[in-house]
Amino acid sequence: MEKIIGIWIAAFLTLCIYSFLYRDNPFYRFAEYLFVGVSLGYSIVLQIHQGLIPFAWQPFSAAVTGGSLTGLIKLIPIAIGLLFFAGLSPQQTWLIRYPSAILIGVTSGVAIPNVLQAHIFEQTRGTIGPFAAIHAGTLSGWGVFEAILMVVGVVCTLTYFFFSIEHRGPVKWVSKVGIAFLMIGFGSAFGNTVMGRVALLIQRVDFLLNDWFGTIF
Amino acid sequence: MSKTIQCVVVCLVLCVSLAFSQGLSPPSNVTAMDTPNDDGSSVTIKWDAAPEDSGISGYQILRRIAGGGLEEIGEMLPAGATSYVDATIEKGNAYAYIVRAVSGTEATVDSNETAPAKGTGEWFHTGKIPLFVAMIVFSIAVMVSIYHARSGQEVFIRRIPGLEAVNEAIGRATEMGRSILYVLGLGGVSGAATIASMNILGQVARRTADYETPLHVPCNDPIVMNVVREMVKAAYLNEGRPDAYNEENIFFLTDSQFAYAAGVDGIMLREKPAAIFLQGTFYAESLILAETGNSIGAIQIAGTDSEHQLPFLITACDYTLIGEELYTASAYLSKEPMLLGSIRGQDWGKMIIFAAIVLGVILELAGISWITTLLQRVS
Repeated sequence: MEKIIGIWIAAFLTLCIYSFLYRDNPFYRFAEYLFVGVSLGYSIVLQIHQGLIPFAWQPFSAAVTGGSLTGLIKLIPIAIGLLFFAGLSPQQTWLIRYPSAILIGVTSGVAIPNVLQAHIFEQTRGTIGPFAAIHAGTLSGWGVFEAILMVVGVVCTLTYFFFSIEHRGPVKWVSKVGIAFLMIGFGSAFGNTVMGRVALLIQRVDFLLNDWFGTIF
Repeated sequence: MSKTIQCVVVCLVLCVSLAFSQGLSPPSNVTAMDTPNDDGSSVTIKWDAAPEDSGISGYQILRRIAGGGLEEIGEMLPAGATSYVDATIEKGNAYAYIVRAVSGTEATVDSNETAPAKGTGEWFHTGKIPLFVAMIVFSIAVMVSIYHARSGQEVFIRRIPGLEAVNEAIGRATEMGRSILYVLGLGGVSGAATIASMNILGQVARRTADYETPLHVPCNDPIVMNVVREMVKAAYLNEGRPDAYNEENIFFLTDSQFAYAAGVDGIMLREKPAAIFLQGTFYAESLILAETGNSIGAIQIAGTDSEHQLPFLITACDYTLIGEELYTASAYLSKEPMLLGSIRGQDWGKMIIFAAIVLGVILELAGISWITTLLQRVS
């Protein structure tokens, strides 16, 4: 019985959300508010159980009760985090700048080397790599074509992203080839993702036709 | 009597296993040492590769904490394995290891026990030195360019149509007496696209302060919301219009992806903003947002470095900033020498990559692979 009630609620909310395709209406609004509210509540509970309790409360309470004094070091991030609540007082809002600056600085410092490594060095190596195989004579004719096409594409696309030089003369044409490469790439990604979205729609329609209609007929 | 039987059975088992293990050599040169460049949470065990006809079908690692008994750790390793990283150690304890070779008939033979090894953390990851050097080179290029720009040297930045349209979009919203909706996407405060988006928002806010155009910013992350509030407030103060700043227009909606999309769609339909900025990191919700914005007739300027979402934004929006264009936006809009200098510095970085690719291809074709080797070390 509970399962049937669950299916009916899911089907009702699915139809409420799809009613948006017609226009804004009270059913869509109801589903929207419910969705936002439930997701927010769920997120708060999740943050308490997966963030606050294991990373702040437990080490801190262990330090206070004499279990492990290393937990006292958690007081520093806890204090910094609490500064975010300074926003509640209009006179003390400026205190938010400190945790924000620390957070942006630290996370950027961690992220930048990884981005350089994964997005620049690794991809540069991948672009050059096949030419070692060409030298060794282990790449087929099609493989040689792919390797050359890859280098031409990367060089032309990179040229498009030069901002401090004027795009005229040969640079203009090279960057035009670069943007053509980009658009071909986007076109293929578009087709690929649309197929994925259609699969999601089919899944939802399948739920309505089989699971929901199944409870009626 | 039963003890005698037990002894006979044990002896028989030992004899049979000895007979099966005949010809199975124990793993040689087994060493255990602290894993380099880690936080001290692992020990690496190494041994020599066995010959192909050794009959070994796999290895099992055993370890012993000082004064304790032997325990098996991890799954059975394949015959070709020559090393194992034990990441289940407790810091401060020393462990001795034995590598047990296992044959196809389940016979086993153990290596000598290694000397005890402890995991110790390192302050510096020596493997990352090439990456560090590369970052220093990039940073110098950026700093020199900033220095030149601040000393009065003019920095040229090519025209970017999507950014030229920012003023047009704000002007249109002002003339129509409608609001502007600025969506920062789903990225956290550490995301490069989110930071770039916040910088653009700062510039947009300066103009909306001038024109007294309402600016709504629904946020997906409470920390981003706090930073954005500060930035927008500072922009209004800089323009001498603190009275026009309304903190409630910058609000946290939810951090759930599709609930956020549903909420922003609702705002679009009810508020009917004249201009919508979709700048930042987007995922599957990008088309839902862009299509809804399109359906209400708003002028839309998008920008993201999420390459899988760019096709959708290009399709449904009036202007789209592609990848790096998003990062240049704040410099382009503000024309501040420091930011313009950083753009030129980044171009120098791209020039180095450009040269590395061209030179690398030529050298590889000539059979010289030092650029690839260098990149491999960096990676």
